[in-house]
Amino acid sequence: MASVTVPATGGRGLLRRPTAVTGFWSWLTTVDHKKIGIMYGVAAFVFFIIGGLEALLIRAQLAQPDGTLVNADQYNQIFTMHGITMIFLFVMPMSSALFNYLIPLMIGARDVAFPRINAYSFWAFLFGGLFLYSSFFLGGAPNGGWFGYAPNSTTDPSIGMTFYALGLLITGIASTAGAVNLAVTVINMRAPGMTLFRMPVFVWMGLVVQFLLVFSLPIITVALFQLLFDRRWDTAFFDPTRGGDPILWQHLFWLFGHPEVYILILPAFGVFSEVLPVFSRKPLFGYQFVVFSGIAIGFIGFGVWAHHMFAAGLGPVANTAFGISTAIIAIPTGVKIFNWMGTMYGGDIRFTSAMLFSVGGVAMFVIGGLSGVTHAIVPSDYQQTDTYYIVAHFHYVLFGGAIFGIFSAFYYWWPKAFGRRLGEAMGKVQFWILIVGFNLAFGPMHILGLQGMIRREYTYPESLGLTLWNQVSTVGAFLIAFAVVMFMVNVARTHLKPRGEAVEDPWDARTLEWMTTSPPPVHNFDEIPTVHALDEYWHRKYVEDERTGTLVPAQAGASDDHDAAHADGHGSIHLPSPSFWPLVASIGLPIMGYGVLYSWWLVGLGALVALVGFYGWALEPSVAEG
Amino acid sequence: MADLAITPGHGAVEAHDEHATTTGLPNTKIAMWLFLASECLLFGALITTYVLYRGASGTGPYPADVFDIPYTSVSSFVLLASSLTMVLALASAQKRDVARMRLWLLATAMLGLTFVGGQVYEFTTFYDEGLAISTNLFGTTFYVLTGFHGVHVTVGILMLLSLVGFSTADRLPDDAAFPVEMVGLYWHFVDIVWIIIFTVVYLIPTPAPAPV
Ligand code: HEM
Ligand SMILES: [Cu+2]
Repeated sequence: MASVTVPATGGRGLLRRPTAVTGFWSWLTTVDHKKIGIMYGVAAFVFFIIGGLEALLIRAQLAQPDGTLVNADQYNQIFTMHGITMIFLFVMPMSSALFNYLIPLMIGARDVAFPRINAYSFWAFLFGGLFLYSSFFLGGAPNGGWFGYAPNSTTDPSIGMTFYALGLLITGIASTAGAVNLAVTVINMRAPGMTLFRMPVFVWMGLVVQFLLVFSLPIITVALFQLLFDRRWDTAFFDPTRGGDPILWQHLFWLFGHPEVYILILPAFGVFSEVLPVFSRKPLFGYQFVVFSGIAIGFIGFGVWAHHMFAAGLGPVANTAFGISTAIIAIPTGVKIFNWMGTMYGGDIRFTSAMLFSVGGVAMFVIGGLSGVTHAIVPSDYQQTDTYYIVAHFHYVLFGGAIFGIFSAFYYWWPKAFGRRLGEAMGKVQFWILIVGFNLAFGPMHILGLQGMIRREYTYPESLGLTLWNQVSTVGAFLIAFAVVMFMVNVARTHLKPRGEAVEDPWDARTLEWMTTSPPPVHNFDEIPTVHALDEYWHRKYVEDERTGTLVPAQAGASDDHDAAHADGHGSIHLPSPSFWPLVASIGLPIMGYGVLYSWWLVGLGALVALVGFYGWALEPSVAEG
Repeated sequence: MADLAITPGHGAVEAHDEHATTTGLPNTKIAMWLFLASECLLFGALITTYVLYRGASGTGPYPADVFDIPYTSVSSFVLLASSLTMVLALASAQKRDVARMRLWLLATAMLGLTFVGGQVYEFTTFYDEGLAISTNLFGTTFYVLTGFHGVHVTVGILMLLSLVGFSTADRLPDDAAFPVEMVGLYWHFVDIVWIIIFTVVYLIPTPAPAPV
C-alpha cells in the first residue's frame, strides 16, 4: 500500500491550510474529486426526495375532481418548484456527481484540473438550492413554471420569481465553473495512451455535456438577468407596453432550454453505453457511431430550440424549419438505440440490477422519443402543446431516460465508491416496482392529454371524464415513491451489513476505474496506467486464443506494465491539500442574492465575503514551507 | 508495492499546471479560453438584445438625444491604449523585469479606471438628461449592456491590481509571465468586446422613432 504522509501546511493564522482527511471538517474542506462527487450525490438525492414529495402532492391534489388539498396559488408554487428541483437540483447535480467521481478515474487522472474550483462549484450549487427553497419561508416560492415565461414571470407581484432568477443565477455559476473544470480535465489530464478514441463513452458524453453547458448557460444567464432587472428595477425587456417583447424570453430560454434537455439525458446515454457492454460481455457495438452521434446531438441540440414555440406564432416558415430540424435530431438518437441493441444482440447477457435499469431506461426513452417525434409535426403539436400529453412525453424522456440511468449507475458503480455491492435481489424488485409505477403514472397522461386535460391546471370538474385515468396515475406515482424508499432501504441494509464479497472487479468490467482498489485511494492509482486500447482493462484481462479465436483469461501478472511506473515523472504524488476558502467564497453568493432582494448593504457584504474568499484562496500556501 | 509519498501540490496556481498535460498546454490556459468562449455567448446575447430592440422605444430620450460621440471616442481610445500597456507588461514579465512589469500593470489598471470613471460620468449625465434604466427600452438595453461591460472592466482592474500587490508581496511565482498572460487574455477580450459594443451602440445610427 502507498503511504500517505499528511500534508504539512505553511502560512500563519487564517491562511493555514486545513489538514483533516477524515471526519466532519474533512468534508467541509475537501478538494478530492471523489469526496466532492459523493457530496454532490447526497445533496442531489435529498433534493430528489423533496421534488418527489412535491410530485406526490400534485398527484394527490389531482386524484379526485375538484380537489381541495391545495389552492391554485399553492399549486403553481408546487409544480414550479417540482420542475426546478428535478432539473436544476437533482438531475444536473447528480450528473455532476457521477462525472466528478468517475471521469478522473476513467481517464487515469489523479484529480480534476482545478480541485478547489471543484469544491467551489459544489458549495455554490448547494447554496443556490437552499436559497431557492428559502423562498417558501420568505413570501412564497417561484410560481411561474420552470420556464418562467414572461410577462407572467415579470408582472407577478409575489416575490417568488425574483428568487427564481437569483437562485438559478447562483446554480448557473456553479455549473459553469464545474463545466470548465471537467472539460479541461478530459482535454488535458488523460493518462498516457488514453487518446480521445480510447475514452469510455461515458467520458465522451461527459465532455459533450460540459461543452453544452459552457455554451448554453451564458444565454440563460442573460435572460435571467433581464428578468431580474425587469422585476427589480422596472426595466422594459419583456414589457410590451414599452416596446419589449415577451417572445424574446422564450427564444433565450429555449436557446438554453433545448440543449439543457441533452445536458440532462446524455449522462444517462453514457451510463447505458458502459453498462450494456459489460453485462452483455461484448464490446459496445459501433463505438465510433455512438461517440459521433453524441457529438451530433450536441450540435443539433442548439439548432432546434424554437420547436418549443410553435404555438407562439413565429410563422409557417420558421415553424417548418424547426419542425424538420427537430425530426433530424431523432436520427443520431436512433443510431444510438440501434447500437445498444446491437451490443446486446447475441451477447451473454446477465440481468443484474444495473443491467435491468439500463435496459428499462432505453425502452422508456424510446417511448418518450416516439411521442416527441409527434411534436415535431407542427399541426399535431398545436393540439398537444400545454396538455398532459407533453407532461407524459417529457417524463418518459427525463424520468425514463435520466432517472433509470442514474439508478443503473448507482447499482453499477456503488461497489467502486463504497466498497460494497447493493443488494441485488432488492434491486431487481425495486426495478420492477419502479417500472410498473412509472408506466401507471405517466402512461395515462397521454390519454388525459388527448382528452384535453390542460397542463398546470390545479383541478378539473367531474364532468370532463378525466377522473379514472387521473386516479390510475396517482396510484402509479405512489408506487414510484415506494420504489425510491426501497432503494434507500437497500442502501441502509448494504451499509449495516458487514462488508461482503470481493468488490475489486465485481462485474468483470472493461474500463480503467476498476483497475484500482474499491474504494480508490486518495491518489486514485498507485501507478498511472498506460493505455493501449479501448476497453484497456478488458484487454489486460483477456487475450485471444490463437487456435479457437475466443478470449481466454490472461496469465496472472502478464498485464503488469512497468513502463508506467513513473508516468507522472516523479517519485512522489502531488495532491493539493484541503482548503476552506472555496466554502467561504461561495457563501458570498446567497448573501448577495438576499441583498438584491432586501438591501444594498447585504450585496456589499456578500461581495466582500466572496472577495475575502478569493484572496484567501489565491494566497493560501499549498506546499509545506520549510 | 511501491511506497509513494503523498505531498501537497505547489504554488498559488493550482497544483497540476507544472505536470505534463495531454495537450502540452497548461490547464489554466485551456480553462481561460473556455471561459472566454462562454463570455462570447454572454455578450452575444446582450448585444443581440440591444440590436433587436434598436429603435423600438416609443418614447424618448433617444440615443441621438444623449450620446456624446467625441467624448465616448476618447474613453474608448483610452481603453484601447490599455491593451498596448498590457502587452508591454507581459513583455517585461517575460524578460523578468519585475519593476517594469509592475509599472505597466499599474498603467493598464489606471487606463481601465479612467474608462470606468468615464462611464460613471456618462451614466450620471444621461440620468440627469432624463434617461434612467426604466425610462424606456433604450435606457434598459443601453445601461444593461454597457453596465455589464463596465463590471467586466472593473473585475479586470481588480485582477491587475492584485497582480501588482501579489508581486510586491512576493507571492507570484518566479516566472510571473504566466499569470500576467492569463489576466492579459481576459483584458484583451474585454477590450475587443468594447470595440463591438461601441460600434453597435454608438456609431451605427439608430433609425428615427416612428411618429406616433
Ligand atoms: C414521482 C415522479 C414524478 C411525478 C409523479 C411527476 C408528476 C408531475 C406532474 C403531474 C407534472 C405536471 C404539473 C402540472 O402541469 O400541473 C409534472 C411537471 C414536471 N415534472 Fe414531474 N413528476 C415526477 C418526476 C419528475 C422527474 C424525475 C423530472 C425530471 C427529471 C420531472 C420534471 C418535471 C418538469 C420539468 C415538469 C414541468 C414543471 C413546470 O411546468 O414548470 N418530474 N410532474
Ligand atoms: Cu427542445
